[in-house]
Amino acid sequence: MKGIQLKALCALVAGVAIGVGAAVPAAAQAPKHGGILKYVVPDEPPSFDGHRETTFALIHPVRPFYSVLIKVNPDNPSSTTDFVCDVCVGKVPEPTDGGKLYTFKIRDDVKCHSGEKLTAQDVLATYKKIISPPAGVVSARTAYFVMVDSVTAPDDHTVVFKLKYPSGAFIPALAVPFNWIYQKSKLDKDMHWYETNIDGSGAFIFDKREAGAFISGRRDPNYYDKGRPYLDGFQAIFAKKESLRVQAIRGDRAAIEFRGFPPKSRDDLVAALGKDITVEESDWNCVLITTVNHLRKPFDDVRVRKALTLAIDRWGGSKYLSKIAIVKTVGGIVFPGSPLAATKAELEQLDGYWPDINKSRAEARRLLKEAGVDLSKTYYLNNRAVDQPYKIVGTWLLDQWKQVGLKFDQHVFPTGPFYDMLRQKKEYDVSLDFNCQSVVNPLVDVSKFISDDRSGASYGNYKDREVDALFDNMNRSGDPAEQRRLMREMEKLTLDTHANAFITLWWYRIVPHRSYVKGWKISPSHYLNQSLDNVWLDK
Amino acid sequence: MYRYIIKRLLLVIPTLLGAALLVFTLLRLIPGDICELRMAGSGGYFEESAIQTCRHEMGVDKPKLVQFGHFLWGIARFDFGNSMWTGQPIVSEISRRFQLSMEIAILATIVAILVSVPLGTISAVKQNTWIDYVVRAISIAGIAMPSFWLGILIILALLIGSQHFFGAPWMPPITYRPIWVDPLYNLSLVIWPAIATGYRYSAVATRMTRSALLEVLREDYVRTARAKGLWEKLIIRRHALKNAMLPVITVIGIEFAFLIGGLVVTEQVFNLNGLGKLFVESVTNNDYAMTQALVMLVVMIFLLVNLLVDVLYAWLDPRIRYR
Repeated sequence: MKGIQLKALCALVAGVAIGVGAAVPAAAQAPKHGGILKYVVPDEPPSFDGHRETTFALIHPVRPFYSVLIKVNPDNPSSTTDFVCDVCVGKVPEPTDGGKLYTFKIRDDVKCHSGEKLTAQDVLATYKKIISPPAGVVSARTAYFVMVDSVTAPDDHTVVFKLKYPSGAFIPALAVPFNWIYQKSKLDKDMHWYETNIDGSGAFIFDKREAGAFISGRRDPNYYDKGRPYLDGFQAIFAKKESLRVQAIRGDRAAIEFRGFPPKSRDDLVAALGKDITVEESDWNCVLITTVNHLRKPFDDVRVRKALTLAIDRWGGSKYLSKIAIVKTVGGIVFPGSPLAATKAELEQLDGYWPDINKSRAEARRLLKEAGVDLSKTYYLNNRAVDQPYKIVGTWLLDQWKQVGLKFDQHVFPTGPFYDMLRQKKEYDVSLDFNCQSVVNPLVDVSKFISDDRSGASYGNYKDREVDALFDNMNRSGDPAEQRRLMREMEKLTLDTHANAFITLWWYRIVPHRSYVKGWKISPSHYLNQSLDNVWLDK
Repeated sequence: MYRYIIKRLLLVIPTLLGAALLVFTLLRLIPGDICELRMAGSGGYFEESAIQTCRHEMGVDKPKLVQFGHFLWGIARFDFGNSMWTGQPIVSEISRRFQLSMEIAILATIVAILVSVPLGTISAVKQNTWIDYVVRAISIAGIAMPSFWLGILIILALLIGSQHFFGAPWMPPITYRPIWVDPLYNLSLVIWPAIATGYRYSAVATRMTRSALLEVLREDYVRTARAKGLWEKLIIRRHALKNAMLPVITVIGIEFAFLIGGLVVTEQVFNLNGLGKLFVESVTNNDYAMTQALVMLVVMIFLLVNLLVDVLYAWLDPRIRYR
């Protein structure tokens, strides 16, 4: 009996010990309040107006000051379809009226930092500015809301969006992290007020801007999500040079850089700091596109364009380039994590994605011969003077094309002249271009591949009405299965049959940060999940 | 002397006009514009009308002559308007950075003078000895080594050294605090770039001190002083060095003016929010207004420093005053 009692006691002690042991890490993960998060941002934002700007350099330091109507779920940011309410009540509403009417109820406990209560009238004024800005006011996102017929606010708690047709692109467009809620009263006085001033209703109150140096914020004690934010404040430090940003994390002058580093920097930090560094990685909703100038001979010939894509070994490139550059994932025109993206089997049916690169290149050589391409000539590749990943991918492409006999000279320009060549001068044969979005919204994102007279971001100088029709039908279909089918057709036409433009490799996001930074989860975009209300410091 | 200074000040006007015309024209030869950069640069989708609205707002769609007229009118009133990139007043954007750039320039100059004058003198006095060879090697290394590269080495050395000796890596701060707010923090930030740039600066000045002093030491009046039996140290300090300083001061003056806006890469290496960094960013962003203002500022600094150097010449060499 005594033995049994002893065994039971031992078991109890062991059980308690295991329980305590298990409980310790759990308790350690409970968010702690306090501390200032310092992070580095590679660029300084232009204006403070989220509605007019397009750069992450604005999101990282200024997004924490603002609230939005809906956002990507911060607890599940890697999902491309999980959205939650921010200033709206409950869940993101389902549409009514055959998918054409969305009614949002607005919380009544949201206050702007200047003290005024935020109402549906503010949300209405915000979206009117974004969707149909008055003359003289720039909105960078009018093209995202072509499906919207009207926005109204029947009372101070309700906002109604009426669509022209049911659209799967609408909710992701609403969740774009630049759609900050502004105050109607301020917009009524001056539509440009938010370009040089900050007054939001987010988790942090604007504290200070030191031009060219940093932007800082402090905790809003009246933030509507009670108990949050955990941090006392933050300081977003502008640091242009990548090596400096890496060293800043190593020397603990900053805890994190939210955009992402190349593999080498990750490895250096891990080697130097060991357990003090945590690495988060994700597929990235950014991609370098090979834009072929359809106005230039011989690239006006579909066989030559096909040869260009057939020469590229994407599967092999992914393996090797991902060791030195921020590219990795092989994909089609849709972000690989999206339900609308092609599967590996579907991709392998397309020109340029065949599993056998030798067969692919043999076909490329045959097509070039058939098209009578002058292989002694050197063609013009326009590229941007940015190492990661432009110059690396550009150099890789030169080698890929050389293997089927095509010679290119890479002309590398700073961003201004690069875009001038791509958009205005158009004196290139092939150019690298990129598509980098926040919320994964394939129905809008693929507008890059429609005709140049339909899209302001399509630079290949072609008109393809078949592709345009598929794009329109896809955007007017409320059925995800139908959207997927149409997307495959559009992809086949764009990358294969008409070979209008090509995808190189999708980017891969690597964020090494100090291990004491907790609560932040990596997403497929460096624009997302940056409200910082969920971040805390385990110090 | 006063007439000379007034004459020099009047000469500033055509120089500024020439510089204004040059910078205005050259900037507009760079392909692309700020609106295209803001819209397309991040890979977003936008309507072409948004670019047109932006161009109208920035005034870049106006005739070039009108733009130039606005620019000149701004210079005349010392009002350069707002930055096209941030929308903030240019004067306030520049003044924040000017303080830091000036501090680095002064510190680097102090480092350079403290190193170059004694080393250059020793090298000249001990010509063709091992001391001379060592000093020359040090100064040639300083000229050959870019200061930004030395800066990178300094940061890495601090990180690795501190981790090795103290267990945690340390690097200089990456944000600025003025010296009167937090002197220790301020010095721990600015001392490293001052050493990195001061070394290169001192290398040039050391070479100049050595060659100028060697020349003076061969002058008749030095031989006379020696023949009189004057103490060698006195000859060098009072008679030779002062006369050898003229070209050294020219070099120091030009380098000082250069440091105000020319530490383009070094400022990025240490993340110093100075004029050099602002220069690069404004050119990269096609921010015409800011770039023009910065160029005019640097031109004015060069003109002012040149004038000061000329006045200093007259003080050092009385013969210049009576010419």
